[in-house]
Amino acid sequence: MVVAGHDHPKNAAAFIADKEKAKWHDGALWFVRAKRDRMANSLPEWETLREKASGIKQHTVARLPDYLEQFAAQAEKRGIRVHFANDAAEHNAIVLGILQNRGVKRVVKSKSMLTEECHLNPFLERHGMEVVDTDLGEWIVQLRHEGPSHIVLPAIHIRKEEVGELFHEKIGTEKGATDPTYLAGAARQRLRDEFLQADAGITGVNFAIAETGGIVVCTNEGNADLGTALPPLHIACMGVEKLIPRVADLSVFIRLLGRSATGQPITTYTSHFHGPLPGGEMHIVVVDNGRSKILASDDFRRSLNCIRCGACMNTCPVYRRSGGHSYATTVPGPIGSILNPAQDAKKHATLPYACSLCGSCTDVCPVKIDLHHQLLTWRREIRVQGHLSWKKRLPMAVAAWLFASPARFSAIGRIGKFFLRNLPRPMLYNPLNDWGKQRELPPAPKKSFRDLYRERQKQTSGGREPSFLSESKNGPDREGLHPPLAGKGSGSHSRDASRSESSVDA
Amino acid sequence: MLSRLREVLPQALPLPSLDEQWIRFEDPAAQFAETLAFVGGKCETAPTLAAALDLVAQTAPAVEAKRTYSWFDGFPGANVAMEAIEDPHSLADVDMAVLPGRMAVAENAAVWATEQGLRHRVILFLTQHLALIVPRARLVDNLHEAYGRLSFETSDFGVWISGPSKTADIEQSLVIGAHGARSLTVVLTDEDFLGQ
Repeated sequence: MVVAGHDHPKNAAAFIADKEKAKWHDGALWFVRAKRDRMANSLPEWETLREKASGIKQHTVARLPDYLEQFAAQAEKRGIRVHFANDAAEHNAIVLGILQNRGVKRVVKSKSMLTEECHLNPFLERHGMEVVDTDLGEWIVQLRHEGPSHIVLPAIHIRKEEVGELFHEKIGTEKGATDPTYLAGAARQRLRDEFLQADAGITGVNFAIAETGGIVVCTNEGNADLGTALPPLHIACMGVEKLIPRVADLSVFIRLLGRSATGQPITTYTSHFHGPLPGGEMHIVVVDNGRSKILASDDFRRSLNCIRCGACMNTCPVYRRSGGHSYATTVPGPIGSILNPAQDAKKHATLPYACSLCGSCTDVCPVKIDLHHQLLTWRREIRVQGHLSWKKRLPMAVAAWLFASPARFSAIGRIGKFFLRNLPRPMLYNPLNDWGKQRELPPAPKKSFRDLYRERQKQTSGGREPSFLSESKNGPDREGLHPPLAGKGSGSHSRDASRSESSVDA
Repeated sequence: MLSRLREVLPQALPLPSLDEQWIRFEDPAAQFAETLAFVGGKCETAPTLAAALDLVAQTAPAVEAKRTYSWFDGFPGANVAMEAIEDPHSLADVDMAVLPGRMAVAENAAVWATEQGLRHRVILFLTQHLALIVPRARLVDNLHEAYGRLSFETSDFGVWISGPSKTADIEQSLVIGAHGARSLTVVLTDEDFLGQ
């Protein structure tokens, strides 16, 4: 799928046009979510771990400069060179500089969302480097000239038939072959050659330990290890939020990461780098790229807790049904819909609305990011900053005007029922009615709730109309339903009074 | 960059203590074996190191291997002299490698391997098949306990290995043998051959 713009609903419409594939995508991610549940439920201390993880991250970001200094000092002691980059451009320039200094031509990369965020691959390629992504999923999307659609499962949007065709064309596997074992085996052969010919390895970082100056990288395939143990040069790229204070903290995060990401008790390889290969070089590039802006915000700071497990994507009903590419970002899904507007609210204005506010992401998040609350807050921000489309603004303004007056509300109910019954379909289902694209409007009921209630009250109370429904009357009755926030006398007193009044009616 | 960060810092919160009742198992060795099977590996037990090496030598990958590296002396069929090899790339055709595990964790079947006494650490990932031998005395219940015992004073590379390499990147179908080892055998020995 080629994504042209940043309009999530438009991109999602393209994704769900292939109904069968969209259904498969939904199911495949739900399967990963179910595996995650089994793992989380197998540990009695799951909630304790989440509490600790969130606490450690909140503590760390509040002292981030101190920990970064400690980390850099410790790493340098071990012969690792640490570089700081303010933004993507600086990051790319630093990496290119290191590679050019060593006359590097061929680079193997293991998965790094940060380098995706900085668009490092095309930058290095423009400068004549050959860059190979070695995570199988990343390699597949690289061969297709796409970005990943998921941060843990980069090729989850691609069917095995498509992989078979791609491999047949690019590496000469048998035509029509779709067996994942055969295809992965062919990729293994091909990528082994790439590892053996590489001049340098670039990896991401899962955790950076301030106490020791070391970094930890987690993979299932072993590609980060092959890519850093053969060539003499290792460059690791990390966002500032990857820092943790102590070695002991690793236990908390590693126990949470694999279980949350893919339902594994731990990733196959959890590699601890504390120095270069004998005779080699190791560099760590620490990148801000907008993270300090998020750190400054009380509303969004906790999104820096993120350990990129992808659990919020696997559980998200919108992500599962719209596909990662519909977000048109490096990090998609619920967490992406928070992080990307922080970079550019106008460009990513539709993302906070790619959410039903069901809260499932918040429930599964291993580091307790209040995702759905932040998404709601982003909607307000988008409106305040003036990036909300008139299609959303206008109905809201009309609704606010209607709901402000019970009389208007009651009147529109009657008019609405009339329209629902009598308007021709094209008047109801047209480009103005986004909601009705895949849904039928409800049938108009014969009587409104008010009508029914009034009738029922007449029957049971011998004709006496319940006082609080007579909206044309004034004061105390309505107060019974909506007690004023600050009344003349005691608010609770008037509420009690009206309650006893209506209980007389019953 | 650091000064910009200092300008926006929120109020500091205390660093949580990790002193908790973390999970323990009645039979950690059984838990380890079960979890290792779940992640695609195979667990064996042996009384001594010598018995463990014999056991590994009889596994199919070792029998079929043409090029075999053993960290231990006396492994039948070992024919790769690591110390004499300058360039790690020439280990590309190793079929079987036998190495010590420094620690094992029951909850997630992870084995700690390091480059201590190992000229080229790439062997851990480049070999087609891998066997790790760990003294049972170095089996702990959970990861917290494990990190409590590990030291990072030297700059040695260290890795938790849990099962053979794997990928599910094609349609979520599990394929064993991604880039690293295609199979993993772990032997727990009664003999504490690594000492304290």
